[in-house]
Amino acid sequence: MKPFTLTAPLDVPDALDQFRAGSAYLAGGTTLVDLMKLEVLTPGHVLDISLLPMHGIRPEDGGVYIGALERMSDVAEHELITAAYPVLSQALTASASPQLRDMATIGGNLLQRTRCGYFRDPAVACNKRVPGSGCPAIEGANRMHAILGTSDACVATHPSDLAVALVALDASVELIGDGGPRRVPLAGFYRLPGAEPHLETDLRAGELVAGVAIPALPAARRSVYVKVRDRQSYEFALTSAAVAVAVSDGVIAEARVAAGGVGTRPWRLPAVERALAGAPMRQEAFEAAVAHAADGARPLSQNGFKAALLRRTIIRALMTLAA
Amino acid sequence: MEDTLDTAVATVAGPVTVEVELRVNGQVRRLQLDSRTTLLDTLRERLGLTGTKKGCDRGQCGACTVHVGDRLALSCLTLAARVSGQAVTTIEGLAEDGQLHPVQQALLDQDGLQCGFCTPGQAMAATRLIAAGHAGSEEKIRDHMSGNLCRCGAYSYIVAAVKAAAAELDPEGQAR
Repeated sequence: MKPFTLTAPLDVPDALDQFRAGSAYLAGGTTLVDLMKLEVLTPGHVLDISLLPMHGIRPEDGGVYIGALERMSDVAEHELITAAYPVLSQALTASASPQLRDMATIGGNLLQRTRCGYFRDPAVACNKRVPGSGCPAIEGANRMHAILGTSDACVATHPSDLAVALVALDASVELIGDGGPRRVPLAGFYRLPGAEPHLETDLRAGELVAGVAIPALPAARRSVYVKVRDRQSYEFALTSAAVAVAVSDGVIAEARVAAGGVGTRPWRLPAVERALAGAPMRQEAFEAAVAHAADGARPLSQNGFKAALLRRTIIRALMTLAA
Repeated sequence: MEDTLDTAVATVAGPVTVEVELRVNGQVRRLQLDSRTTLLDTLRERLGLTGTKKGCDRGQCGACTVHVGDRLALSCLTLAARVSGQAVTTIEGLAEDGQLHPVQQALLDQDGLQCGFCTPGQAMAATRLIAAGHAGSEEKIRDHMSGNLCRCGAYSYIVAAVKAAAAELDPEGQAR
């Protein structure tokens, strides 16, 4: 680890004031300390933000607002989440390990970095870590990598399960910077890699994630997160699906579908949602609806299986909701 | 430090010392530490508490698991300064009055270890999951113990030990 100064601001203005180029905000530390040990990240100044007033899980406009410093384990088990948004609870519980869920915060989860092995190894090229240096994953070990939203510069998968569930729910992220607070839809917060994969979000320099706002969504009561992975627990997704449906008389009135493990950012599937709307809550309808789930996919040498696996993952999620 | 913060870019010339007040197993210790020092290295190298093990040192194996407050923490991914003033419990703090904690006793009784290297971390994870009411089924126990790797492969005996300890500590939790 490279040396750094360490401060713990007591309020947001103080934190924003202390932040400068080369600073990093520290919350749960499960991404930042890990990447500092690997020297993928080398901040000269670390701002411990754990004392900032960004806690609490509370009702808001029929939905719920989650402070950015809430821990994954607490959110997963919270009474405002478990019944109204099972998909969120399940996505959180399917993430990481109990230790990491006890440490990691909601804000940090949304800003966690890709697990691409080339990004995590400073000895090799990576356009995300060193812009313009190249992408060894495109011709290399890419079984875990993305098939959707990729570019010639980067094929790294977005690793967050939580973000997939939140995108399906049309959640917004609240940001706070020198210009005051602002809210942006989480789906648009994440950028596609394009030619600049080092720019991952629309976060401005020094801006903090203050919280997440999830709108009221009756369909979310009937929702599920299905995560397919190499191990049953403590593993990142090969594919995942966050699905919510409102069903009336056996017919789907509204569907929300987002996918993880396949995209360079959490991947909403509006075409699948449209195909499900008005369809009966039956397997044949699910199979027809997911036919185009992986349209536009650009499979790499080792991850061609992900397109079919994604379709089956969504069907599994829908079958779970139909049971 | 103030000088550094006044510049446009945060950079430091060399190691930075920070003052840390650690509360470990009920004892308060004030230490001067390099800001980079992890809680794990502080416990082992400065406080002589070597029960907490350094396995992978990158947050993947669970051998360094401790409690901060009533939560689990991977001490290898925790900067010591980050938990200044907070209550830390290590494996050395589980036994009371010379009596092993029920989880420790169950690990012994059920042969929940071979080499024993992962055992302190297993015990810390197990006490947390039982307290949180997650010991209701073997499946849940396995899921909540999945952050602790055991290279000897004593998993089935570890699960048995957690079940046995949960039956003693939280009989109601068994039915949840």
